[in-house]
Amino acid sequence: MTTSRQFCTFYLDHQCYGLDVLRVQEIVRWQPLTYVPLAHPMVRGLMNLRGQIVTTIDLRVRLMLPPLADPNSALNVVLQTDEGSVSLLVDEIGDVLDVTEQDFERPPETLQGVAREFIIGTYKLADRLLLVLDPDRVISLPAVSH
Amino acid sequence: MTNESVMPDNELLREFLLETHENLTLLDSDLITLEKNPTEKNTLAQVFRTLHSVKGTAGFMGLVKLQAVAHAAESLLSKLRAGDLRFNPPIATVLLRVVDAIREMLSCIEKAGNEGLGDYTALIADVDRLRETGSGDLPVTAPSAHGSLAQPLLSTAPSVSSALSDVTMMTSAAVASSLSSTSDPGLSPLPESPAEARSANVADSNIRVDVSLLDKLMTLVGELVLARNQILQYSELNSNDSFAGAVQRLNLLTTELQASVMKTRMQPIGNVLNKFPRVVRDLALACGKKVHFEVDGQDTELDKTLIEAIRDPLTHMVRNAIDHGIELPETRIQRGKSEEGRLRMVACHEGGKVIIELSDDGGGIDVGRVREKVLAGNLVSPELVSRMSAQEIMRLIFLPGFSTAENVTQFSGRGVGMDVVRTNIEKIGGTVDIESQPGQGTTIRTRIPLTLAIIPALIIVSGGQRYAIPQVSLLELLRVTPGQSGRGIEMIHDVPVFRLRGMLLPLVFLSEQLRTVAGEESTDVYNIIVLQADDRSFGLVVDAIGDTEEIVVKPLQKQLKNISLFAGAAIMGDGRVALVLDVPGLAKCARVISATRDRELMDEVTTPETIVGTGQSLLLFATASAGQMAIPLSLVARLEEVRGCDLEMLGSRSVIQYRDEILPLIDVVQELELLMRGTHCPSDASDKCESPAGIPVIVCVAENQKIGLIVDRILDIVHWNDELTTPGRSSRPGVLFTAIVQGKVTEFLDIAALVQNSMATQKIMTNDLQVVQ
Repeated sequence: MTTSRQFCTFYLDHQCYGLDVLRVQEIVRWQPLTYVPLAHPMVRGLMNLRGQIVTTIDLRVRLMLPPLADPNSALNVVLQTDEGSVSLLVDEIGDVLDVTEQDFERPPETLQGVAREFIIGTYKLADRLLLVLDPDRVISLPAVSH
Repeated sequence: MTNESVMPDNELLREFLLETHENLTLLDSDLITLEKNPTEKNTLAQVFRTLHSVKGTAGFMGLVKLQAVAHAAESLLSKLRAGDLRFNPPIATVLLRVVDAIREMLSCIEKAGNEGLGDYTALIADVDRLRETGSGDLPVTAPSAHGSLAQPLLSTAPSVSSALSDVTMMTSAAVASSLSSTSDPGLSPLPESPAEARSANVADSNIRVDVSLLDKLMTLVGELVLARNQILQYSELNSNDSFAGAVQRLNLLTTELQASVMKTRMQPIGNVLNKFPRVVRDLALACGKKVHFEVDGQDTELDKTLIEAIRDPLTHMVRNAIDHGIELPETRIQRGKSEEGRLRMVACHEGGKVIIELSDDGGGIDVGRVREKVLAGNLVSPELVSRMSAQEIMRLIFLPGFSTAENVTQFSGRGVGMDVVRTNIEKIGGTVDIESQPGQGTTIRTRIPLTLAIIPALIIVSGGQRYAIPQVSLLELLRVTPGQSGRGIEMIHDVPVFRLRGMLLPLVFLSEQLRTVAGEESTDVYNIIVLQADDRSFGLVVDAIGDTEEIVVKPLQKQLKNISLFAGAAIMGDGRVALVLDVPGLAKCARVISATRDRELMDEVTTPETIVGTGQSLLLFATASAGQMAIPLSLVARLEEVRGCDLEMLGSRSVIQYRDEILPLIDVVQELELLMRGTHCPSDASDKCESPAGIPVIVCVAENQKIGLIVDRILDIVHWNDELTTPGRSSRPGVLFTAIVQGKVTEFLDIAALVQNSMATQKIMTNDLQVVQ
């Protein structure tokens, strides 16, 4: 018996990522942000989402990818968390995909660094690999080292 | 009223608690009404109904003690209702005790989930004794008219009252009919009596809504308003008739929707005021005083959170009024007053605020005694007291530790009362004023904002971005330009300081704290915001200072919680988010208030200022033709800059609309000319009206009214020691004297004379003004 799950997919640096569709509240296009001084670099700023103040996290910074050429072309994937909504900035939005558990595989041991921390596993799609992110880890602040 | 300890799935219990709490508040006032007017059948029926339903539900829930207490009270009430007993003060007292006991048990249930360990057998015995004897009074013959059906059901032998209440419990139809018969004695017992119909209505037309849902609605409507504003702007560019029509409708609907949503959080203040008749009664009895209490304006509405917040301060005020204000009956008679003291509480809306006024006709505040007590308690230095007006001394009763009561009673006299009142009221952005005539009485006027959710904040710019500073921690704003008073920012090693009226003010550069790039404003001009953190003040240097705005502060999410510089964020009028600075956090980050050494040093600096108190602070300003002039800072309410186009003419007088009031303006130069020559000099007001730059206006309070002085330039605030300089003679009418301040000959303006003169010449006009105001 195969169980199927739905993922909201998006792209960062031409790589396809997915988040559980049940955690995604909505997709919003680029909104003006209020910069927060002294915040962790992954926090791009605060956004007004219909009267709610939403922290916006730059996923490229979070995954240690080079910055986007035109930062204003990014899109917001708004996640639901226990503490209200948090938004993730991504390059492009893909479809909502149905995947089967059969296609799931844990990330290979050779995957190291930040990516290993956030990527739960991959779904082997016909034409590409879908990397599934752990929403709660992605939005939490990295442990303070000092 | 949700409580975690009550099992969340136990909806029924929660509902019961909510409802009973509301009913108990009503019971209090109903019992007092009954005490005054024992024949009030409707009220009696209502009391009976409430206790009956408490008993019924308690039994259903297995709350045995609660049921027993309610049952005893119900039995007593049923005899009252049947007319076998007459309502009297002992009965009122015992029933009020029942209400207290029920309340006690309810709060236990809410907190711990059980009825608590209280023993109520004595109370039940008291109730039962009263039921048998009616407090020793002979049972008054029953009023002739009472329900024919209630009679056989309820006035059976007292000994079978328990059986009787079982009957009433089981046969609700019978109860309904017996109720209707008592509430409407002349008619045959129909189940559809007016009282029944009304209670059904109240239940049907109300639903309970979670406050967080209302908050969410409010946020959404706020956003809708912003979207509406954007569409309105767009529609002005676009001349399509049907579009314009739709926008117009949207506009109206949004406004109406906003008003209605705001209203949902509002509750009538009566929810709080209704408990006071009981408080007054108990207190008056305990103090041996007679008090007639009046409440007015219970329908006045204000935000739910505020209703909770004013409960305690008001109780304190009422206690004080009864304990200290209203005299003992004998004293009152001696003083030629009626034996019964009057206490009046009035609530009303005025200018976007809610005003609650508590007035008594008691002894008033004895200024002499206040002075004695303040000096005895060493609360204020004698020099300071000697320079205070009677009104100022009266306000000293708000000092922490102040009490005039000779003895500490159960109710007041511990010297925390009025201090707590003021702190609590100020915490919610309100003010307390006091007025008192010795021997005539005291009036305490409390002004509180309609809602807590919105706070005033100053908008500032740093590093090209806006930030909000809550106005509560704001002391003053300074703009330092190099030429002014010869001093700029000075350095102690690498720490910047500024001399403010002889004191060193440590400076904190916001851009440095935020590690952003400062704006490209010329480095010679500094915008300094003097802020108060704990008991320390410091200057915050920012790029630009904007307007004040009313904001709704929302907490930051966990990703940003660790930044102590921000208290939260707010959505501004244009829909963008602005961060709200946390002033204490900022002070800590900048080490203004952390180190103890720093603190000691600061204290040394602070003390001279208080000693130099022999002089006074002056506001210096310049007029084009008359040079430097000064007025005492104590007369100045605010400094404003008005635009020429805001000036309006009333007769020959210019006025401006200022905070929803009409502020008459006096042009200092013109008025002085007028005083001297008795004629008007050629007016240059018209030039000013056309000039686009702001006209500086000093708003001051003179002759019990606010007045605006038009000047050319506001120079500085200086501390002036009048003992070190000898004042020269007055140079002309309207000038008190001249003296040298900051190396310049300065004329000290006689504001009272200016105002009087201007009033005299504009008599008719002023009368008009007062009518308008």
